[in-house]
Amino acid sequence: MLLASLVLVPFIGSLLAALMPQSARNHESWLAIAVASYGLIVAGALYPEMAAGEVLREESAWLPTKGLAFVLRVDGLAWVFTMLVLAIGLLVVLYARYYMSADDPVPRFFSFLLAFMGSMLGVVLSGNLVQLVVFWELTSLTSFLLIGYWHHRADARRGARMAFTVTATGGLCLMAGVLVLGHIVGSYDLDVVLAAGDRIRAHELYLAALVLVALGALTKSAQFPFHFWLPHAMAAPTPVSSYLHSATMVKAGVFLLARLWPALAGTPEWTWIVGGAGVCTLLLGAFIAIFQHDLKGLLAYSTISHLGLITVLIGIGTPLAMVAAIFHILNHATFKASLFMAAGIIDHETGTRDLRVLRGLRHKLPITATLAIVASAAMAGVPLLNGFLSKEMFFAETLSVGGERNWWMSYAAVAMGMFSVAYSLRFISIFFGAPAQDLPRDPHEPPRWMRFPVELLVLACLVVGVAPAISIAPVLEIAVAATLGAAAPSYDLAVWHGFNLPLLMSMLALAGGVLLYVVLRRHFDLQRRERVPLFHHFNGAQVFETTMLQVTRAAGWLLRRLGTTRLQPQLLLMMIALLILPPLLAGTPPAWTRIALQGFDPLFATIWAIGGGCAIAAAWMAKYHRLAALALVGGTGIVTAATFLWLSAPDLALTQLMVETVTTVLILLGLRWLPPRIEAAAAPLAPFSRASLRRARDLLVAVAGGLAIAALTYAVLVHPASDTIADFFLLNALGGGGGSNVVNVLLVDFRSFDTLGEITVLAIVALTVYALLRRFRPAPESAAIPAQQRNEADPARGQTPAEQANSGYLMVAGIYLRLLLPFMGVIAVYFFMRGHNLPGGGFVAGLVFAVAILVQYMLAGTVWVESHLSLRPHRWLGLGLVLACATGLGAWLFGHPFLTTHTAHVTWPLVGELHLPSAFVFDLGVFTVVVGTTMLMLVALAHQSLRGHRLPGEDGAEDRQAAGGRTI
Amino acid sequence: MEMVIAIAVGVMFASGIWLILRPRTFQLIIGLMLMSYAVNIFIFAMGRLWVDKPPITPLPDIDPAQFADPLPQGLVLTAIVIGFATTALYLVMMIGARGLTGSDHVDGEEPRE
Repeated sequence: MLLASLVLVPFIGSLLAALMPQSARNHESWLAIAVASYGLIVAGALYPEMAAGEVLREESAWLPTKGLAFVLRVDGLAWVFTMLVLAIGLLVVLYARYYMSADDPVPRFFSFLLAFMGSMLGVVLSGNLVQLVVFWELTSLTSFLLIGYWHHRADARRGARMAFTVTATGGLCLMAGVLVLGHIVGSYDLDVVLAAGDRIRAHELYLAALVLVALGALTKSAQFPFHFWLPHAMAAPTPVSSYLHSATMVKAGVFLLARLWPALAGTPEWTWIVGGAGVCTLLLGAFIAIFQHDLKGLLAYSTISHLGLITVLIGIGTPLAMVAAIFHILNHATFKASLFMAAGIIDHETGTRDLRVLRGLRHKLPITATLAIVASAAMAGVPLLNGFLSKEMFFAETLSVGGERNWWMSYAAVAMGMFSVAYSLRFISIFFGAPAQDLPRDPHEPPRWMRFPVELLVLACLVVGVAPAISIAPVLEIAVAATLGAAAPSYDLAVWHGFNLPLLMSMLALAGGVLLYVVLRRHFDLQRRERVPLFHHFNGAQVFETTMLQVTRAAGWLLRRLGTTRLQPQLLLMMIALLILPPLLAGTPPAWTRIALQGFDPLFATIWAIGGGCAIAAAWMAKYHRLAALALVGGTGIVTAATFLWLSAPDLALTQLMVETVTTVLILLGLRWLPPRIEAAAAPLAPFSRASLRRARDLLVAVAGGLAIAALTYAVLVHPASDTIADFFLLNALGGGGGSNVVNVLLVDFRSFDTLGEITVLAIVALTVYALLRRFRPAPESAAIPAQQRNEADPARGQTPAEQANSGYLMVAGIYLRLLLPFMGVIAVYFFMRGHNLPGGGFVAGLVFAVAILVQYMLAGTVWVESHLSLRPHRWLGLGLVLACATGLGAWLFGHPFLTTHTAHVTWPLVGELHLPSAFVFDLGVFTVVVGTTMLMLVALAHQSLRGHRLPGEDGAEDRQAAGGRTI
Repeated sequence: MEMVIAIAVGVMFASGIWLILRPRTFQLIIGLMLMSYAVNIFIFAMGRLWVDKPPITPLPDIDPAQFADPLPQGLVLTAIVIGFATTALYLVMMIGARGLTGSDHVDGEEPRE
C-alpha cells in the first residue's frame, strides 16, 4: 500500500486542487507542498532497504486473464528518480506559488501539475511494461495540458499540440515495442524482461523491439530528429518548463533506456541508434543554443544538448558510461531546474526574456545574479561544480569509443563542451554591462521564498561539485547497483584525478568556449543575428507543421472522394451490401430436407393479399398522399397482428395492435408540420432522365432485396428447426417462473435484465423526444391555423376543442368516449393482472391505458384534459424505472443475484390464497414506464398544435409555458 | 402457409427498401415501418410456424414439442415496442428538421439539380 500511496496521493491531490476556488493560491500551494512532502517522507523512509540493494514490489490484479498485473516496483534506479521527481516537485510548487499571477486560474495549474507528478511517479515505479506505457502517455497528456495552460495564447496552443503529437506518437511506438518485447519474453513483468536480456538480443524481432522502444524514448527526451517540440514547449509557465521540460519528464526517455539497458543494450545496433541520435542532438542543440535570443529558448536547446549527452553515454553502453549517464541526469536536473527558475525570476521582474534587451542585471538583482552565474558555470562544466564531474566522466568515456586511432567522438565531445561554455557565457552576459534603461519593468529582488528553491539547488551544485564522495556518492551507488546489477563497475567520484586526457579536454573546452564566444560577439554580431548559421534550414517544427497540414488535407480529400454526407447514397450502399455480403459470408447451405409444412389456408393468403397490397400501395402513395399512405401502412400492420394471432403468438398480436394504434396517432400528429406536396403541380418525369434512371435502379435494388429475403425466409421455414433453448423456457415457466404464459415469464423473469434495458431505452427515447420538441420551431408556412379549420362554412370554426366535445358537433362522441375511459382502465388492469398466465402483461396493459388517455386528448384537446386530469409522464417514467430496479435489487437483500424472482404465496381474507411473484412488481414497473413513455411523447407532440397558432419568433416565454406547461 | 409468409416478408421488405431510398422524410419513415414489420415477421418465423399452439402451459408436465417457440416471440415483442419508440424519435426528428431547414428532404436541403 505504501508504494501505491506514492502514486495515488498526487492524483488525489490533483482532484482536490481542481475543486478549490479560483483565488485559493495559498491553499493550492500548501496542498501541493503537502503532497510532495508526503511522497518525500515515504520514499525517504525506504533508504535503508535501497542502500541494502533490495527490490520492493507491490502487486494487485489488473487483467488476470491476460496475465497482466498492476505492479509497483521500486529498486535503486526507480528510487533515485522518485526522490528527484518529488524533491524538484516540492521546490517547483513553492516557486510556482510566487510565480503564478493572481489572475491565473491556479486550481487548474496545480491540479495538472500534481497529476503530472503522479503520472511521472507511475512511470518510474511501474513494474509492468504495459502499465509503464499507460503512465507514460499520461505524462504526455499532462504535459500537453500544462504547455497549453495559457490557452488564450496561440503559441501555447501550438506548442502543446506539437509536444503532444510527437510524444504521444512516440508513446504509441513504445507501446508497440513493449508488445514485441512481451511477445519475445512471454511476460510484461519488468523483472522477467530484465532477466531475459540474452534471449531478447538473440531473437529475430530484437531490432524491431529496439527501434520501437528507441522511438518512444527519443521522442520523449527530445532527441534529434524529434527535438523540435521542446523549444516550442517553452510557452508553458516557467515552473512547468523547469519541472517537466528540464528536470523530469524529458528524462523519462533516458530513464527508460537506462531501465531497459540490461535487456536491450550491448549490441552495435543499440550503440548506433541510441548513440547516433545522441551525438547529433548534443552538437546540434549546443550549437543552436548559442544563437537564441530568448532566455528560455537558450535553456531549452541547452537541455536538448544535455539530454543528447546522456543519450550518447547510454548509447556507448559500457558500465562506466551508464554511471556517468545517471550521474549527469541528477546533475543536469539540479542546475537546469535552478537556471529555469532564475530565468523565470528575471522574466517576472523585468517583464522580458529577450537577451538582446537584458543587461547589467547584477546591479538590481545581485543575489539572483550570483545564483544564476554559479548554476551556469555548472552547466558549462567549470571545476568544483557538479557539471564538471559528470562532464569529465563523459570525456573519459568518449575516449574509449573508437579505439586508439578513431578520435571523432572525442572531437565531438570537445566541440560540444566549447559550445556549452559559449552559450553559458551568453546566458550570464545579461548580468554584466551597464544597467538596461529600456526594460518593461523596474526589476527588484524577488520574494524570499521564490528565490529559496534556486538557492537550495545551487547549493546542491556546489556541495556535489566540491565533495562528491560524501554527498552524492551513496545515492549514485544505489542507482548504479540497481541498473547494472553484477556489471556495476568500481569508480571514483573525486574532483582531482591528476593531469590526464579528460582534464585536458575540459580545459580545452573551457578555453575554446570563451574564445568562441568572444569571436562570435566581436566579429559575427551574435547579439543581432536573426538566424542560426548553417542550421536554419533544418527546421523540424516547420516540417512537422507542413506534415500535419498535408495529413489534414489528405484526410479532407479522402473524405470528399470516399464519403458523402447525403443519406440516400449511404442507404443505397447499405442495401447493396446487404444483398451482396451475406451470400459471400455464408457457407454451403445444409442439405434440403423438407419437413411437414402447414397446410395452405385460402383465408390466410387473402389477408396477406390485402397486407401486401397495402404495403405496395403505401410505397406508391407516400410522396403525394401521406394520409392515405399512413392508413395503408396501418392496414399492413393489422394484417401483421392478425398473422401473429393466427400463428400462435397472442401476446405479439395484442402488442402489435396497440402499437399500431399509438403509432398511427403519433404520425397523424406529425403530418401537420410537413410541407404540402401537390401531385398535379409536379412535372412528369421524362423517360431516361436522371431521376427516372435513379428510380429504375432503386426499384431493381428493392425487388432484388425483397426476393432475397423471401427466398431466405422460405428456405428457413422448410428446414427442420435445430435444437434451441425454447424447451427450457417451456418446461420451466410454470415451475420456475410461476406463470403459464411463457412469453410473459420470459420477459419479466428469465430475461428480465433485457427487459430492464429495454424500458430504460424507452425512457431515454421519451425524454429525447420531449427535449427535441422543446426546441421545436415550425416552418413559417405551417405555423398558421390550417385552411380547413378556417373555412367560413364550418360551424365548429371558432370553437375550442373542448366546446366542440361538450356542446358542439362532437357531443355524441364526447359522451360515449368519456364513458369509455373507466372501461379501458379496467381492460388495462385485466390484461395486466392476467399477463403472467394468459396473453397480456405490462407492455400491452401500458399501451391500452395510454390509448385510453389518448382518446380523451383527441376528443377534447389538451387544454381541457389537462385542466381535468393531472398526469405527470416524467414521474411515471421515473417511478417505473425505480420499481423495476428496486425489484431487482430486492433479490440482493436475500443473497440472490440481481433480478432473481421469488413467488410469495399470500393468503388474503375473502380472496383466498394468491400467488404473488416478485416478477409481478417488475411487470408493474414495465407497465408504468410504457404508460409514461407513450404519454410523454404523444402529449409533447400534441402540445405543438397549441404553439402552432403563433408565428415563430414570438416571445419564447410563452412557448415554454405551452410546451413545458405544468402537466408535462 | 410458408410460401405466403415468405412472399409477404419479401413484399414488405421490397416496399421498405424502395421507400428508404426516396428523398422525402415521410417516405423514409413509412419505409422504416414497413421494413420493421418485415423484419419482425422474419425473426418470428425463425421459430417456425405453429397454428393453435400458443406457448401457454397451464399444466406442469408438458411435451415442449407441442408448443410454439416462445423465444422469438419474446424477442419480437421487445422489438415491436422499441420499434415504436424509434418511430417516434424519427418522427420528431423529421418535423424538427423540417422546422429548422424549411425542407423535408432527407439531407435537410433540396438537391442542386
